[in-house]
Amino acid sequence: MATAEVHVHTPITQPTKKKSVIWDWMTTVDHKKIGILYGVTALFFFIVAGIEATLIRIQLAKPENAFLGPDVYNQIFTMHGTTMIFLVGMPMAVAMFNYIVPLQIGARDVAFPRLNALSYWIFLFGAIFMNFSFLLGAAPNGGWFGYAPLTSTQYGPGLNIDFWALGLQALGVASIMGGVNFVTTIIQLRAPGMRLMRMPLFTWMTLFTSFLLITALPVFAVALFLVTFDRFWATNFFVMQSGGDPMVWQHLFWMFGHPEVYILILPAFGIVSEIIPTFSRKPLFGYAVMVYSGALIALIGWGVWAHHMFASGMGPIADAFFTISTMIIAIPTGVKIFNWIATMWGGRIQFSTAMLHAVGMLITFTIGGVSGVMHATSPHDLQQTDTYFVVAHFHYVLIGGLILAIFGGLYFWFPKLTGRMMNERLGKWQFWIYFIGFNVTFMPQHWIGLLGMPRRIFTYSADLNLASLNMLSTVGVFIQIAGVAMLAGNIIWSARRGRVASENPWNAATLEWATTSPPAEHNFNQIPTVHSREPMWVEADQVRASTLGPMEPHMHMPPNSYWPIFTAVGVVATFILFMTNIWWMPLVGLVWTVIGAINWAYEPV
Amino acid sequence: MGVGVWGVRSGQTIHKELILATAAVEHHHPVHPPTATGLNTWKVGFWVFMGSETLFFGSLISIYLVYKGTSVVGPYPSDVFDIPLTTVSTFVLLMSSLAVVLALDFLRAGRRNLALFWTMMIIVLGATFLGFQAYEFTHFYHVGLTLSTNLFGSTFFVLTGFHGAHVTIGVIWLLILWVDMFRGKLRPENSLRLEIAGLYWHFVDIVWIAIFTLIYLME
Repeated sequence: MATAEVHVHTPITQPTKKKSVIWDWMTTVDHKKIGILYGVTALFFFIVAGIEATLIRIQLAKPENAFLGPDVYNQIFTMHGTTMIFLVGMPMAVAMFNYIVPLQIGARDVAFPRLNALSYWIFLFGAIFMNFSFLLGAAPNGGWFGYAPLTSTQYGPGLNIDFWALGLQALGVASIMGGVNFVTTIIQLRAPGMRLMRMPLFTWMTLFTSFLLITALPVFAVALFLVTFDRFWATNFFVMQSGGDPMVWQHLFWMFGHPEVYILILPAFGIVSEIIPTFSRKPLFGYAVMVYSGALIALIGWGVWAHHMFASGMGPIADAFFTISTMIIAIPTGVKIFNWIATMWGGRIQFSTAMLHAVGMLITFTIGGVSGVMHATSPHDLQQTDTYFVVAHFHYVLIGGLILAIFGGLYFWFPKLTGRMMNERLGKWQFWIYFIGFNVTFMPQHWIGLLGMPRRIFTYSADLNLASLNMLSTVGVFIQIAGVAMLAGNIIWSARRGRVASENPWNAATLEWATTSPPAEHNFNQIPTVHSREPMWVEADQVRASTLGPMEPHMHMPPNSYWPIFTAVGVVATFILFMTNIWWMPLVGLVWTVIGAINWAYEPV
Repeated sequence: MGVGVWGVRSGQTIHKELILATAAVEHHHPVHPPTATGLNTWKVGFWVFMGSETLFFGSLISIYLVYKGTSVVGPYPSDVFDIPLTTVSTFVLLMSSLAVVLALDFLRAGRRNLALFWTMMIIVLGATFLGFQAYEFTHFYHVGLTLSTNLFGSTFFVLTGFHGAHVTIGVIWLLILWVDMFRGKLRPENSLRLEIAGLYWHFVDIVWIAIFTLIYLME
């Protein structure tokens, strides 16, 4: 690299004594490395949650099975849901935000690189803390939405709920900081000429997701604090004898929980919006409408939360309001689906593995969307709520929506991350096997639910006549496992032996493809100026002249820092130390955090 | 283009204009790249964070209001609230916001001693407010109102406790800035540090205005 002529202010490139690779990753503030850390961690927890799912399906494969007892079953389904949402779905999306967004907007890093590292370490420590509960045989067992009074000390006396409430609190802190970072990054660090309406759709969806993170997560933080204080300091928030109302928890939770659903799906929309134009060789159809519909989804997503509570007796006015608002949100979502189809219409479609995942996502997400509109209707929902029909619905939108899009995004961006292509032949086999396995698992659950099988019950009677459908669903899980194993194998094999990738192997349109694969630490030799929405289609030569041209003099990259990981220990310890039941113990973690924060503030960057 | 203030000017112009602006703010650092909006990134980030904080306190205040009048045992708000006393502490906190404005203004004008004085005034007024709160909490405790007595106790202490924690953080933050100012490390060129602490302080103040109105006056 050209460090001989140009002085880059970063200790990493200085030829000091040999650095420990692990220490470098622990102290990194590079958005690309942090993105990879998030991605690898999320893939690990994807496997953990997959094992939990497999255990659930083995238990349910036949009626009156005794594989897992009811207590263990409660822990497994709670941790499956909690893990998939907070330790897989969100961090996988955040991994892609981290790696891709600064590149897409033509920036050298995020707005606050050390804060970014802090988010990751808090996330990691919080995740480990929550899963540590398994070693004590006390994993959370109140469901991922932890309805009161299941979370009270009266009905949840063990450590289970403590792990859940305190672990999620830590994860929430990380998410809020991530949201602040990405809103600021996207508003502030766009390359010259990158007007808002020239930003790639993935960046737009990251912006909306980040707005949802900073608005929804504080509500959840409050809700979790109330549960925590009820448990440790004997407050009365959800204690019915003292006038506490479990409905307050439901409202608070879903005020967070429904925006959370869009936090999970908007990144998927962003990924698909990048893949489909690239492999249709056409600009995205209705760009502006795609942006506005994303904004509408995020906005209306704040006004639909109580559709999760139709069975709680809110009365006809609330039921009608939330039925209507929920149906309205199907409009911008439908607009998106039609725009993706219109993008493909008349295009020269190339069915790469990434494109297969994107198109597969359109199909399965639409199925999940349709069943969503079904239980948006409150009378209909009374029939479906808490049955496997709901389970089928949200797996279609989250696995069939988010996870398929993430897999597609992985195939799409893998060459940029590693400089090597993933194996397309294996990838296509993987897609079909996973896609079939997914549908075999979850399609029967629609019938299982409509025929009356409740979710979250550890077994069912043979008299229900649901044994064969349940067995079919369980068989589907094993097909999915084969698909995921092929994906894991493809990642490991391709990272070492895949075909070497060029800068822009897919001939895609956006700025992340304007630099080397993988990009240098500083991303671009010079920040390009853009004049269009598809710079690599419209003005590739001028862009490349900057991004791959001579190095900009006096470039400043932030040095590695150990204060983020130091501070993260304090933040997570603050929550963990609640479990000592000594009122001042959390203050120890707080003091640690303050020491970290002060040193952080005075660290030269 | 109808895309708001950020999209109107061409990136090229912004690029050139802002090198100077950012370099001036962050003089002690190497030159940072210009920002797309012309705004300082720390300030934008902090506003975004305060947006998040608004939802945090909004939720806590909502919880208080939802549970208002649902306590099954006393003491009730009318038994314990001392409106004249809290009016005084509210006045003290509001005056501290005036001190923020003056401190920042004097710091920017290079009048170090006055800046030091008014920064210390923020700290003193903030600490006085905390003193009032400590007195109020102990008084409530002595008349039998704790976190666990009833829903009023739970909602009141958690809401005002979180607010008091925010004031405490602000006091510590400003103390650090005062020491830096005293040692000559906080100067007109990097007055942004005081400005952001001031933003935080004003925010915490505004939250108190909401709390005072909704919880005390509308009791």
